[in-house]
Amino acid sequence: MKHPEELKYTREHEWVRDNGDGTVTVGITDFAQSELGDIVFVELEEVGSGFDQDDVFGTVEAVKTVSELYAPVAGEIVEINESLEDDPELVNNDPYGEGWLIKLKMSDASQLENLLSSDEYLQIID
Amino acid sequence: MSKQTPLFEKHKDLNAKIVDFSGFEMPIQYKGIREEHMAVRERAGLFDVSHMGEFFISGPEALDLIQHVTINDASRLRPGKAQYSAMCYENGGIVDDLLVYCFDENSYMLVVNAANIDKDREWIHSHNNFDAKLDDRSETTALLAIQGPSSIDILSKIVDEDPSGIGFYNFEQGKVAGQKEVIISATGYTGEKGFELYIDTRLSDPVQIWDALMDAGKGAGLEPAGLGARDTLRLEMGLALYGNDITEKTTPLEGRLGWLTKLDKGPFIGSEALKKQKEKGVERRLTGFIVQESRLIPRKDYPICDSGGDRIGIVTSGTQSIVLGKGIGMGYVPAETAAEGEQIQISIRKKMVSAITKKPPFIDK
Repeated sequence: MKHPEELKYTREHEWVRDNGDGTVTVGITDFAQSELGDIVFVELEEVGSGFDQDDVFGTVEAVKTVSELYAPVAGEIVEINESLEDDPELVNNDPYGEGWLIKLKMSDASQLENLLSSDEYLQIID
Repeated sequence: MSKQTPLFEKHKDLNAKIVDFSGFEMPIQYKGIREEHMAVRERAGLFDVSHMGEFFISGPEALDLIQHVTINDASRLRPGKAQYSAMCYENGGIVDDLLVYCFDENSYMLVVNAANIDKDREWIHSHNNFDAKLDDRSETTALLAIQGPSSIDILSKIVDEDPSGIGFYNFEQGKVAGQKEVIISATGYTGEKGFELYIDTRLSDPVQIWDALMDAGKGAGLEPAGLGARDTLRLEMGLALYGNDITEKTTPLEGRLGWLTKLDKGPFIGSEALKKQKEKGVERRLTGFIVQESRLIPRKDYPICDSGGDRIGIVTSGTQSIVLGKGIGMGYVPAETAAEGEQIQISIRKKMVSAITKKPPFIDK
């Protein structure tokens, strides 16, 4: 199972990529997609919606279960992954690549420092 | 400490995702629910369901005990036949649903749900005022299920007698893959043709049978299938799951099991309450439904509402139908709403989603 070192992680099994321009890309981890199993639907809030850290920004429906998605940092959605509408299984097949969920414009970039490193995340799921 | 089935190492070797299910470490999926589900619908799947419980009941009054504790008419059974049935409390609530197998007039097997093994054994034991012996052999009985259209061809490669001669809900006893005294039962929980193989682990090795089936099924696309696919398969057929769709708080008449409630067979535990309920008419009934909006999946405990938005019931099972690509489910609603084609709504998180009641199965079989 892959958990790239260059990413940050949350206890809710999301990954965060700092794009260096005040935005982050957010997805769910390889561990999370594997635990959920076959994903059949990803429901995301709309572009322009704002969130505090840990607010729910969407849900992932797998065959067996449903899981909520929590904003890893406060901010506003600037882009959602439109491909997931037709191909939600991208989250299973490529969780860090084509299966990304949203891009957030951060309102407080210092919150990135609270997130977990890949090593810290690996300890949680071990 | 969770129990393991004799196939546990097999599941690990196959990289199954293992979960605790009713106190057993069971494979929930191997390659994925969708793939395993379609393998069973189109070809064949092999399930380890050794967690199920098996009680052997024998003695001159074995049938009297079974007639007393179960709701179906076991006197209609003949050697080599099996019957779907249930046990009820005095108030008509369901203790468990089960299969009754008849070996001969003094010898039977009851197959019960894993979560209920201890409860059921104590229940039957406490009502055994008959000349009958109850032997719980759950620990020494393994159960493999091969299900799907190709299952007859696959099984026929490793048995002496042609299994296509075994009618639905009939069984034979014989050798499978050289292993002795296996009960070959034409039953299942998927809606497909298939067999369940009961293996006495004191005499025979279920791992040998698993390997032989996997080997025989190689060219036919046989896949190991987990409890995840077992659940989506049974729900597409509208088959009840104890603990979800039928419980101690629901009666067989409410839970679409009226067809096996034989009130005329003579008194049995719960028969008085069920007779009264039948005379009065049930107030609520288990219904199936299909969600009309795609991509919204009903889950257990979501509220069911009428078209005006008033809450009328609760979802007991729900999933995405792999075949239909739509949300399907079952739940209890007022009897007048349980007819086919009624408009209802399911409260899926914050949304009210329209659904139409449907008498299962949800797919054509």
